[in-house]
Parts: sequence; C-alpha cells; structure tokens
Amino acid sequence: MTPGNGTLDWIDLAVSALLIVLAGGVSLAWGLGIHRRLGVAAVRSVVQLLLLALILEWLFAHASPWLTAGAAVLMLGFAAREIFGRQDRRLTGGWAWGAGGLAITLAASAVTLFALAGPVRPDPWYDPRYAIPLLGMILGNVMTGIAVGLNTLTATVARDRAAVEARLALGETRWSALGDTLRHALRTGLIGIINSMSAAGIVFIPGMMTGQILAGQPPEEAARWQILILFLIAGATAVGTVAAVMLAAWRLTDDRHRLRLDRLSDSR
Amino acid sequence: MTLLLAVEGLRRPPLPVLSLAVAAGECVAVTGPSGAGKSLLLRAIADLDPNDGRVSLAGTDRAALPAPEWRQRVAYVAAESGWWAPTVADHMAGPPDRLATLLAAVGLPEAGGWPVARLSSGERQRLALVRALTRRPEVLLLDEPTANLDAAATESVEALVRQALAEGCGVLLASHDRNQVRRLAGRELAFRDGALTEVRP
Repeated sequence: MTPGNGTLDWIDLAVSALLIVLAGGVSLAWGLGIHRRLGVAAVRSVVQLLLLALILEWLFAHASPWLTAGAAVLMLGFAAREIFGRQDRRLTGGWAWGAGGLAITLAASAVTLFALAGPVRPDPWYDPRYAIPLLGMILGNVMTGIAVGLNTLTATVARDRAAVEARLALGETRWSALGDTLRHALRTGLIGIINSMSAAGIVFIPGMMTGQILAGQPPEEAARWQILILFLIAGATAVGTVAAVMLAAWRLTDDRHRLRLDRLSDSR
Repeated sequence: MTLLLAVEGLRRPPLPVLSLAVAAGECVAVTGPSGAGKSLLLRAIADLDPNDGRVSLAGTDRAALPAPEWRQRVAYVAAESGWWAPTVADHMAGPPDRLATLLAAVGLPEAGGWPVARLSSGERQRLALVRALTRRPEVLLLDEPTANLDAAATESVEALVRQALAEGCGVLLASHDRNQVRRLAGRELAFRDGALTEVRP
C-alpha cells in the first residue's frame, strides 16, 4: 500500500473487497439468499467501471468531435432504453421509446452544450474529458425524473379516467381536463432533484465533490463544481420531464380532445 | 317539431351503422340489454370515442365545431360520474341563482358546499345531471340517469328532464327501466338482432 496521497493501487482495492465478503457473510449467516447476486453485482461493477475507464482513456487520447458525438449517442440510447424498461404501462407503438427518448435527448444535449459553451468552456469545446462526464452525470438524473414522471402520468390518468372524461364531456379542452394530472406527474418527477439539492452538504456529501476532494482538490473548488453540476441536473431534469410528460399527454389524447387510453398498453 | 340532433351513418365498431334524429323538446329512449352498446352510442355522439359519420346540431355539422364547444352543447351525462375538485360547487358553472334552483329541484338544496368525497352514489348521480344543466346544453345524452336512485329521487330527476324538454332541450335517454321509458320518451329505439330499430314505447 502506498501512503494516502489521493492514489489507490490494486492492493487497496483488494483490501476494500473484504467489505463485500463481509456483506456476503451476513447474507449467508442470516439466510438472506442474496450472496450470489451480491457477488455478481460486485464483479459487474468492477468490470463495467474498468471497461468505462479504458474507453474514456481511449476517447481522451483521440479527442475528436465525431468520437465524442458517437459516445454521446450511445449513452443517450442506453438512457432511452432504461426509461423504456422502467415503465409499468407503455405508450403503444414507437411512442413507448419515443416520448422518453426524444425528451432525454433534447434536455441532456441542450444542457450539456450549454455547460460546454458557457460555464465550463473547455478547449476545444468538445473535449471528451469534459463533455462525456458532464453528459453522463446529467443523463443519470434526467433519466430518473423522466421515468418517474411518465409512470406517474400513466398511472394517474388511468386511475382518474372518470374525472378526466367528465371534464372533457363538460366541454373542457384536453389540456384543461388533464391539468391536475400533468401537474401531479411533473411534481413527482421533479421532487427527486429538489430533495437532492436541499439535502446536499447536510445529509450527504455528493459523489462528485467527494471524488474531487479525495483526488486532492481544495474543498471550495470542489463545492463550486458540485453546485454547477446540481444546477445543470436540475435544469435538464425540468426540461426533460416537462417534454416527456407533455409528449405522452399529447399522445394519450387526440385533436378532438378525446382521452385515448387505447394508446396505452396493459399493466405489466 | 324542429330537428335538433341528426345522426346519419354513425360508425362506431362494434355497433351497427346507425342513424337517428332528435327534435327540439323531444325525448328519444335507447333501450336494449346490458352490453348492447347504449353507452357506446351516447359516447360516440358526444365524440368522446373515435367514430365516423355525419352528426349535426340544428344544421351545424359536428366537424365544423371544436370538440369542446360540441360537448358543451351536446352534453353526455355518464352513469358513473367523475369528480375532480374538493366541493360540489367547484364543478358547477353559470349564475348562482340558477344553480340554487337546480339543486333544490333534485332535493339537494344545501349540496353546493358539500365535499365531493362524502357524496353517496345517488347524490353523485343527481348532481352530475345538475352539473351538466348549469352549462345550458341544447341536447342531453343521459346514460341510465336514475340507476342508483330511490323512487322520490327518480321522480325529481324525471321532473328536471321534463323541465329541460319544456325549455326546448332534446334528450337521448339510455335506460333499461321500462316504466321510465314510458313516462318520459315519445319514441323508443331498441338494439335488437344487431340493429337499432324503432319500436313502440
């Protein structure tokens, strides 16, 4: 082991793996039956993160706008798939992917480009060392907001069908009749990032700030970066959740202001 | 009698292709066994489900009107009503004195301030009719309007329907209550053998 100066070697990691063994021991002792899954998850995290590091090193070594864009498209695709996978009731046809995919692409790319052009300003602007981690951090959070927002919308609209149809039957427009439902879905989608911002620094030290401090950055510098990231995430989550929920609501109604639950698949 | 609601070649699968007409001040009953499509027919006329065909109100084609305006003028009152705001009054429109008159007419004069969550199914049903009438529709599409009501409440609802008819409203009434159909309707259309045919009420 090397003395603590912000670097980790393999022996350090091997020692920390003892904690996974400890957790597995708990599972065995109490018959929890999760030691297998724990082991697989631990191995997956090692393999995935090391692979990611390899890819990032390669990307950083070949700083090209095209390679950066290609990596971004792949990441957006995985995020869209994840949103699709988390839906209890999906829109029918291509919209099952489309609503979430379009929304996350719009929100995450707009906010990442904004960060690169404005506050971060790397040289060159597409430098993957900045673009890829920024996009990754934004995607992870926007994805959750969109998935929660869409799930809330579809569950609420099916539950409150009688009320929504009563409002339509009394001559309200689709946006007016769905107003309460939309507000509920948007609030639920955005509450996660609001809670993170409120609790940051008191209840927990955010992961990125922790990383920078461990890597030797002064805490104040790390705090400024963390604040920037939280703002980017909040903005992107707002844009992405609004876009996804509005697209889905537009799809769940039609131009004659009818509620179209036939465009929603059955509960899984 | 002047023609108010005209439905020609209405297509709404799985219903047969239908035509019907309702004059101003006329009550036409739609009867048939449960599941025959009475509700689907009323919903299609209100344009709440995808459907095809020529539907017009006093000569104005439905397609020429925005859907919200159409539904204000041709009001569908469901058998099971939905409510969305805290109190009964939050769901009402129009001048307060008319609302007070309508609430008194269904025997619920104090209901304006009541919380929706505590309404019984019978109260909901009467208030759903009041809710539609506060918007002064020209045609009422009533789906089993007295299904949850006792004799006295049924009588008050039928009196309100008669009053709407006297004011020139057209009514299309889906009902499986033979006596109610005889009391209210001038004509009866029955779903029989996959078609909607006129029978004697």
